[in-house]
Amino acid sequence: MSPDLLKLIFGRLSIDSLPLHEPILVGTFVMVALGGAVLLGGVTYFRLWGYLWREWFTSVDHKRIGIMYMILGIVMLLRGFADALMMRAQQALAFGGSEGFLPAHHYDQVFTAHGVIMIFFVAMPLVTGLMNFVVPLQIGARDVSFPFLNNFSFWMTVGGAALVMASLFIGEFARTGWLAYPPLSNIGYSPDVGVDYYIWGLQVAGVGTTLSGINLICTIVKLRCPGMTMMKMPVFTWTALCTNILIVASFPVLTVVLALLTLDRYVGTNFFTNDFGGSPMMYVNLIWIWGHPEVYILVLPAFGIFSEVTSTFSGKRLFGYTSMVYATVVITILSYLVWLHHFFTMGSGASVNSFFGITTMIISIPTGAKMFNWLFTMYRGRIRFELPMLWTIAFMLTFVLGGMTGVLLAVPPADFVLHNSLFLIAHFHNVIIGGVVFGAFAGINYWFPKAFGFKLDPFWGKLSFWFWVTGFYLAFMPLYVLGLMGVTRRLRVFDDPSLQIWFVIAAIGAGLVFLGILSMLMQFAVSFLKREQLRDVTGDPWDARTLEWATSSPPPDYNFAFTPVVHDNDAWWDMKKRGYQRPLMGFKPIHMPSSTGTGVILAGLATAMGFGLIWYIWWLAAVSFIAMLAVGIGHTFNYHRDFDIPADDVIRAEDARTKLLAGAK
Amino acid sequence: MSRLLRRSYPLAPQRKLISKARPVSRFKILALLPLAVALSGCNYIVLAPAGDIAAQQRDLVIISTVLMLLIVIPVTALTVVFAWRYRQSNTEARYEPEWDHSTSLELVIWSAPLLIIICLGALTWMGTHLLDPYRNIGRIHADRAVDQSKAPLEVDVVALDWKWLFFYPDYGIATVNELAAPVDRPINFHITASSVMNSFYIPALAGQIYAMPGMETSLHAVINHAGTYKGFSANYSGAGFSGMHFKFLGLDDKGFDAWIASAKSAGGPLGRAEYLQLEKPSENEPVRRYGTVDSDLYRLILNMCVETGKMCQSEMMAIDAKGGSGHEGLNNTLPLAYDKYARRGTVLGPEPTFVAGTCTPDAPQGKTTASITAPLDTAPLTGAGLKRPNFAPLKSSSFFLGLRPKSDS
Amino acid sequence: MTVAVNPSQTGEPVFYLADEHPHPEGYSTSLGFWIYLMSDCLIFAMLFAAFGVLGANYAAGPAPKDLFELPLVAVNTSMLLLSSITYGFAMLTMQQNKIAQTQMWLAITGLFGLAFIGIELSEFAHMIHEGATPQRSAFLSSFFTLVGTHGLHVSCGLIWLVTLMVQVWKFGLIEANRRRLMCLSMFWHFLDVVWIGVFTFVYLLGVLR
Repeated sequence: MSPDLLKLIFGRLSIDSLPLHEPILVGTFVMVALGGAVLLGGVTYFRLWGYLWREWFTSVDHKRIGIMYMILGIVMLLRGFADALMMRAQQALAFGGSEGFLPAHHYDQVFTAHGVIMIFFVAMPLVTGLMNFVVPLQIGARDVSFPFLNNFSFWMTVGGAALVMASLFIGEFARTGWLAYPPLSNIGYSPDVGVDYYIWGLQVAGVGTTLSGINLICTIVKLRCPGMTMMKMPVFTWTALCTNILIVASFPVLTVVLALLTLDRYVGTNFFTNDFGGSPMMYVNLIWIWGHPEVYILVLPAFGIFSEVTSTFSGKRLFGYTSMVYATVVITILSYLVWLHHFFTMGSGASVNSFFGITTMIISIPTGAKMFNWLFTMYRGRIRFELPMLWTIAFMLTFVLGGMTGVLLAVPPADFVLHNSLFLIAHFHNVIIGGVVFGAFAGINYWFPKAFGFKLDPFWGKLSFWFWVTGFYLAFMPLYVLGLMGVTRRLRVFDDPSLQIWFVIAAIGAGLVFLGILSMLMQFAVSFLKREQLRDVTGDPWDARTLEWATSSPPPDYNFAFTPVVHDNDAWWDMKKRGYQRPLMGFKPIHMPSSTGTGVILAGLATAMGFGLIWYIWWLAAVSFIAMLAVGIGHTFNYHRDFDIPADDVIRAEDARTKLLAGAK
Repeated sequence: MSRLLRRSYPLAPQRKLISKARPVSRFKILALLPLAVALSGCNYIVLAPAGDIAAQQRDLVIISTVLMLLIVIPVTALTVVFAWRYRQSNTEARYEPEWDHSTSLELVIWSAPLLIIICLGALTWMGTHLLDPYRNIGRIHADRAVDQSKAPLEVDVVALDWKWLFFYPDYGIATVNELAAPVDRPINFHITASSVMNSFYIPALAGQIYAMPGMETSLHAVINHAGTYKGFSANYSGAGFSGMHFKFLGLDDKGFDAWIASAKSAGGPLGRAEYLQLEKPSENEPVRRYGTVDSDLYRLILNMCVETGKMCQSEMMAIDAKGGSGHEGLNNTLPLAYDKYARRGTVLGPEPTFVAGTCTPDAPQGKTTASITAPLDTAPLTGAGLKRPNFAPLKSSSFFLGLRPKSDS
Repeated sequence: MTVAVNPSQTGEPVFYLADEHPHPEGYSTSLGFWIYLMSDCLIFAMLFAAFGVLGANYAAGPAPKDLFELPLVAVNTSMLLLSSITYGFAMLTMQQNKIAQTQMWLAITGLFGLAFIGIELSEFAHMIHEGATPQRSAFLSSFFTLVGTHGLHVSCGLIWLVTLMVQVWKFGLIEANRRRLMCLSMFWHFLDVVWIGVFTFVYLLGVLR
């Protein structure tokens, strides 16, 4: 075939694009291919395709979508963490003239991919998954406002993740750091596909995130059950509302900044170039205008989880509900006024720097108030140290440290000496692991019985907890120390041998975290095998307080046979206290949205379009785009997207529950 | 600025207290940091710097930490105490499941952090202004003012891929990956970069500031103790980033003069052509010295017009400020022949160009491309030192609009 | 949604709705669409901000006063404003359930939209032909991107308009279609508002600068 024709068909994709010369990648590919083959073979052998497609992939049920988000997050956690292990190993080895085992070309991809994956495809799916699963249940709704959109959003997130994963074996990922600052990320310094993978992966996933944000805001605003005024919403729902407002008000900024970078890279415009009047500094500003709210997008729901958990396991009302809500709202607003603290060192004047430094510090006031509120929720309680509560205590002890170093970094002169150092790395891992990850794990352990009808095994859970917590401290305290020694981030080799011991300790810590992750996977497996012993038939295994515990575990498709009416912010607690009797008759058909495959198809096409654009395969991009338009428009011609669950089915489901509850007594 | 100084005066005794009490009390304070357990033997350069600016920044780090510990320690302790005391098995502890509000307690939990942040905010406002890297330093040391009769040392810094170039305009020399300064003499750095963003950081001397192409940042600092210190880029800039460090020598006056003299005698010339060779990406560069330096070179680098015939940023900005150069401005671009820059190879864009300078005696219009003194190497430079992807756009006869053949494909 | 939550009437607290009605179809749509519009508004805000930062960086090239032909832009603006008015008529006739007239007004709106896109494209073509390409300077990059993104939105609106006309033709002015026409109407007027911003800040102030 002529080269022109090849180029027309494959763009810049060729055999050379496959990293056959990288033994690590070839090995990984073999492992992934084998694992994938086993998985796909298993699914085929057990004839699960139809089931998965009907009941999961095309499902618009918020609970299933939430669970799929969590699975995505955990799978991507494995990938992101493999990157972390490689970095820790490289930095522990590359001393005394040794180059370590990763060349720059590979190492620089590893740390970029680690950051991107952990934020966008681990933390975001975990947080979104929990919100998706819990919020409609907590507000007594049957589903989200736009169930089809919810499914579509999820698959767009998967599409973005798929593009990032594809970069592992086809071509390469960005070597720019996770925010891809130009000019480094512009075409001259990153001419290959890495940054394009970054851009299109995030754009595809970003569409999903924005739409799911809109969806959840509408759900919370419009679908609360009667009696649930704003100030009677559970705190998790409040934080979910604020988080989704932040999503809708910040992700478009990311969309724009990446689109402008795309134009620079594809058509040669001059937004972020050095020459022709472009301004790379504008990119840094714009991306942090998204980036800082993003931090709170992640951590606010975690705060919500801790509020629910503390109150439940202390057997006590949440202390200072009102101030908790106001603190959340204040954090939401302030998170837009601090972005410049990520680059004090860019040379803004002292007044600008101190303005942004002080606004940053002000955020610590509501955060501190929240901390005290949890503390005084525990005060005069009866604390049960179940797994969610353990994670919460670990969070409280860890997060204050991270918060403290964060405020320290907000003092511009202090930031001048600590910026971009390993101290900074230690700080944000301290808040993201100590806050978001611990929060997600608390949430997983807390709501797992709601989702599956059995509790998670406490032994493996505690093992995982201790590995994670000690591993975290071992891995990141040395980085604080190294930061104070003036060691900067993203270095691949070191020449000062006295530093090595700290990197070795950090690597051991990472190893412990790895054991923690393995224990968590064991926890899931063991719990599944022991599910009959761990079974919860009451629907309320923790003696909890909010509405999601009023229905069965797992909840029926319709969540609640009758829409609940709420009188108190601890609605379920109030119902239990006042002798609520579960209705046993009078069931009616329930109106529900039907499943649809359109979301999967649209997201698949979007991913294909992204792939085509990354590799300059124009025909693929064009065909996918036109197909997307056609499928999207075609979908709007379907006016019948709902169905009624017959009353008989509702009666059957509710009778089964009645029997189970009777058996439990 | 002077009023600001006066206003901040009440702070001075406090700061003096801390700096006077070194090293004992400093280590006492440090002992509060849970991290600083294994202090001995390690070089905590950020906490024990050799320059006054870095020392003041260190003081701020410590004061802020102590201020925050005022609230962090009680919270941590209370968490542990409450968790223990109100455990389920301890049935003796009071249990009040309905207690969820206390106005006085709320007042405390909002005002305690608020008070600390007010203190910290005041400290931040003053510290940020006093330690603004753009501000001329007011003192050599905690108890020594600047000697106004001695001119500060001027150093122009350029971050290249992946090495550092230092100009000493007052001495007519330049060095690569080695910087020297006399002890107790203020240094004024002017910092820029040739291609991507870096950060200029000598932990022993002062905090960092970004080095950005086409822009200039400043840093004012002073070194108080003789010695050899590490300097490096603190902002990831590509494949050779790990090797992008340099030695910073704090020398006494005699030693500094000797250093200058040796650079003057030992070094070769550095002009535009040599610079264009030097700026090409390279890793782990050894120290180099240049004895004769084109005195205009730093200005040209800053304005991104080292290549002859290219319009300088300063000129461009002056033209833009006057409203551009009208329709004529549409024709003042020339195809890029020599370039390390980005715009080459965008797949859908036109041929990369540059803005030609207006006529100057040494580069009359029309002769520009011919008179480039740099080696005419059109082989593209990719930031990471990798081969380019083997993609060449389709011929212009293709059905894709806007695709034109590229010079490098 | 008015439900007796007050337990005092019967003595027993009410914990569930025994006799409920599902939320009507499209119950959250207008709120959702509003929020979408606000997020879209943010996209334009960022592009305006980029134009604000880069709008005077001509790279020694042409400035707005050399390039913009205000009379043409004024004609263009009037096209879009007229299309908003005709869309308003479409909504009025929709409320009176007059399908044919609604369709007619929608078609007129579409023609005005097409005229707008046509004039804009010819303006772009003229500038690019002159050499004032998006690559020439940061000012031109941000100009083409801001105005182009607006044009892209109008084009999407046109595709949507045609889709809706087909749907109205096939299914009539049913509730779902009325809601969709309402959403498109918000979208269309939103683009009008954005264009007024573009006209003022990019064209008028650009020429004055």
